[in-house]
Amino acid sequence: MGLSSPTDIPGLRNRFLVCSLAAIAIFLLLVLRLWYLQVISADRYLTLSEKNRIRYISIAAARGPIYDRNGELLVDNRPAFGVSVLRQEVEEIDPLLTQIGGLLDVDVEKLRARWDAGQRFPRYRPLPLADDVSRDALDRVQENSVDLPGMLIEVRPLRSYPYKEMAAHLLGYLGEITEQELQEEAFAGYRPGEFVGKSGLEKFLDPYLQGTEGERRVEVDVRGRELRLLKTQEPIPGNKVFLTLRRDLQLAAEKALEGEAGAVVALDVRTGEVLAMVSTPAFDPAAFARGITGQEWVKILKNPRHPLTNKAIKGQYPPASTFKIVTALAALKGGVISPSTTVDCQGSLTLGNQEFRCWKKEGHGPTNLKKALKESCDVYFYMVSLDLGIDRLSAMAQDLGMGKPLGFLLDGEKGGLIPTRQWKRERFRVPWYDGETVIASIGQGYVLATPLQLAVMTAAIANGGTVLRPHVLKKIEDLDGKILRETTPEVIGTALAAEKDFREVRRGLEAAVNEPGGTGQASRLQGVRVAGKTGTAQVVRLKDKDDINPDREIPYRFRDHALFVAYAPAETPEIAVAVVVEHGSHGGSAAGPVARVLFETYFGIDDSAGKSVPVPENGSAAFSEQREE
Amino acid sequence: MFDRRLLTHFDWVLLLLVCGISLVGIMNLYSATSSLPETATPVYLKQLYWLGIGLMIALTVSAFDYRHLQHLGPFFYVVTVTLLLLVLMVGKTSMGATRWIDLGFFNLQPSEIMKIVMIITLSWHFSERVQVAGYTLRDLVVPFFLLAVPVFLIMKQPDLGTAMLVIFIGSTLALFAGIRRSTLVFLALMGTAAAWGGWYLLRDYQKERIHTFLNPERDPLGSGYHIIQSKIAVGSGGLFGKGFMQGSQSQLSFLPERHTDFAFSVFAEEWGFSGSLVLLLLYLFLIIWGIYVARQASDRFGMFLSIGVVAMMFWHIVVNLGMVIGLLPVVGVPLPLFSYGGTSMVTTMIGTGLLLSVSMRRFMF
Repeated sequence: MGLSSPTDIPGLRNRFLVCSLAAIAIFLLLVLRLWYLQVISADRYLTLSEKNRIRYISIAAARGPIYDRNGELLVDNRPAFGVSVLRQEVEEIDPLLTQIGGLLDVDVEKLRARWDAGQRFPRYRPLPLADDVSRDALDRVQENSVDLPGMLIEVRPLRSYPYKEMAAHLLGYLGEITEQELQEEAFAGYRPGEFVGKSGLEKFLDPYLQGTEGERRVEVDVRGRELRLLKTQEPIPGNKVFLTLRRDLQLAAEKALEGEAGAVVALDVRTGEVLAMVSTPAFDPAAFARGITGQEWVKILKNPRHPLTNKAIKGQYPPASTFKIVTALAALKGGVISPSTTVDCQGSLTLGNQEFRCWKKEGHGPTNLKKALKESCDVYFYMVSLDLGIDRLSAMAQDLGMGKPLGFLLDGEKGGLIPTRQWKRERFRVPWYDGETVIASIGQGYVLATPLQLAVMTAAIANGGTVLRPHVLKKIEDLDGKILRETTPEVIGTALAAEKDFREVRRGLEAAVNEPGGTGQASRLQGVRVAGKTGTAQVVRLKDKDDINPDREIPYRFRDHALFVAYAPAETPEIAVAVVVEHGSHGGSAAGPVARVLFETYFGIDDSAGKSVPVPENGSAAFSEQREE
Repeated sequence: MFDRRLLTHFDWVLLLLVCGISLVGIMNLYSATSSLPETATPVYLKQLYWLGIGLMIALTVSAFDYRHLQHLGPFFYVVTVTLLLLVLMVGKTSMGATRWIDLGFFNLQPSEIMKIVMIITLSWHFSERVQVAGYTLRDLVVPFFLLAVPVFLIMKQPDLGTAMLVIFIGSTLALFAGIRRSTLVFLALMGTAAAWGGWYLLRDYQKERIHTFLNPERDPLGSGYHIIQSKIAVGSGGLFGKGFMQGSQSQLSFLPERHTDFAFSVFAEEWGFSGSLVLLLLYLFLIIWGIYVARQASDRFGMFLSIGVVAMMFWHIVVNLGMVIGLLPVVGVPLPLFSYGGTSMVTTMIGTGLLLSVSMRRFMF
């Protein structure tokens, strides 16, 4: 083993010594350098560290603007002044907060909360105390700035909404970043007090809209006075978002629905682009952008008409008679009826021990498909549905995009409900009854749909069965006009039926609007032929409507929902519309005119003559069940 | 099986030194990170966990007879080079460099493992082929390639700091093994020429760092910022320092990376020249003790192994301190046992374990 012994290399002993001496020598060099820095130059560096400090002042980036499909501005920014403090220069915080609170006329506790929340961040970064301070208050603060060491006025862009509540649900609102969000990776680098998207597109597109903060590095003296500007890093504004909306349509639809609770969806029949999406009542996003007060918030939350809910995608309503479109197409496709099949409506249908009424008590007499759609005869569809069966009806509804969410861009889209035998067995553990098929055929009972789904269904009827995913985001462009994201039409389903079946259904819908006795005449237009279907959805089952004195008004919350779906032009459809007016009583009279306003705006028609079309008193699809003793 | 003598010969001095420096480091991290945003687990506590894990690793390695490593050397080498190739192919990219393999629960950094494997491989090579009169150029061809392949792969990542350290470790071992004088002169000349040529192979940011190092005021807010702020921190500490948790440079967040590569500037600011001197003496003691362990080793392999580990620690310390006090460019090398980071802790502790293993088997033939 002698060969492996360390000692068999001559001069090895010396090498350990050389190594040790080399190490000591190099360490000595380090110590000498430390001596030079820490002892000889100590005063110079101490002065540098105490007197000269570099301050970083962030420059907020403007959030990206949002435009409509034609480049019309929907949401922008305006400069707003905020009051911040620099922690490293604050000597005593209590008197400072009291003073600032007094000058700004803000609750000191509110300032303190912001102060406390900002403690976790680097001391050299300004800590925002109050945002969007008024000009007057700002002047007061500025006058007293000598007595407010550490106080700083910052200008930052604030979201501005030139059209106030317009498309509020779709666009969403901003809110102060929460404690929880600050911990998340996605919000790294955010400061307390900063605003981020909380709902709608503002939330969904936050990464695109949020720009990149800039920074100013200034050298300041021990009192915090700026000595010189060292470097400016300009902020990069957020990207431009273009929606598929048409601003004029959106505004017109909102105006038409003013004062009502409800929703409107207008789609391009050929592409699935959302041209307008309204939910009322709305909220004022500007209130959120400047920081909503507790009072305002409680008021919004307590409103029984749910201003924060986007009813266009989250409201689930019985589609009522608008669903007869689906029943008709399913029956034609299944060969259950032909256009000439006639049913004799005597005002009701008795099935076992249940009586199902037509909305027209005296009955429609002999009724074929066209008349059934035009006058919304319930008994016709009751009879047809018994031959059709729930499964074929549900399959057609699902093919037309109902029963599950359509994959719309925003969170929380509801899927509605299309009942099937299997669904009922799993849900209630009881079999399906024919009576349930009967009421499903007129869109009551279990059937639920969102206004968006109704619009998609109507568009599919108009375009011959193609179900397009409704989309609202046209494209996102960066500052150089480079397209970062773009939506193209996407087919998500097909309702398979013969072209002639679609034609028969559409003929009935045209008759409903344009022929005498049609339930949808309130949306008839001069110059453009509209096709549509009314619906009146029961909210509560009044035991016997006859008991109610027709002169006495039904309380608002018991009134029926009014629905209307339509498309135009009837010959070459471009736009499909779905309108829901909550507690609007009658589809034809309450929802129809809203649709007409949209068509007028879309086609640029000033149709004063159309408004004089008499609105017939009808369209109340009332069914009631009475058990015989 | 277990030899009782191993326990009686256990190197307590080495273990205490390592623990002592680590604890000073953790105390310093407590101060350095007190103004950082709070996280679920404070940095100093995480480092304490890493110290615990590291000590367990060191003790496990020391219980293993290092002499078996001779035969495993080539195997380790091939595996690690394969891992380095894998990094270049499927590695995880972060901040412009691809250094890690994502194992799901943990990011493996093969270049770090390479430091230890290079020590083992070269120790094996030099202890097998002794040249009494010193190595000639021809003898150095094999070690050159053993070194060059992984260095090239690490450079590609790019990780100049680690590549440089691997070269330093390898060169130290070769020098210690003995090189013929004429060969040494020739290599020195070649090295100078290579440095000249190497400049053109450097990435722009690496050139920038060297430029900035030579003249930090050139770009006081760009890449010179680290050096200037670090020097202000160290210098303003003075003879006795500003006191624990009182360093204004570090507490006011002027110092970047103050809990990782620049941890020493926090220490120097708060404890002054006197504190820095004590810490430097502790490190020097550790190095000298390591050389002593090498000298006492019972075989050539153990001797080279110890020298390799000492070289690794030594160059880390010198490059890091040199960078923090403005003697060397900023290359991103952590200070062993002092900078925050699990990777550095694990590597250093494996090295410590190897030293302990050699030390406690010094009388066994």
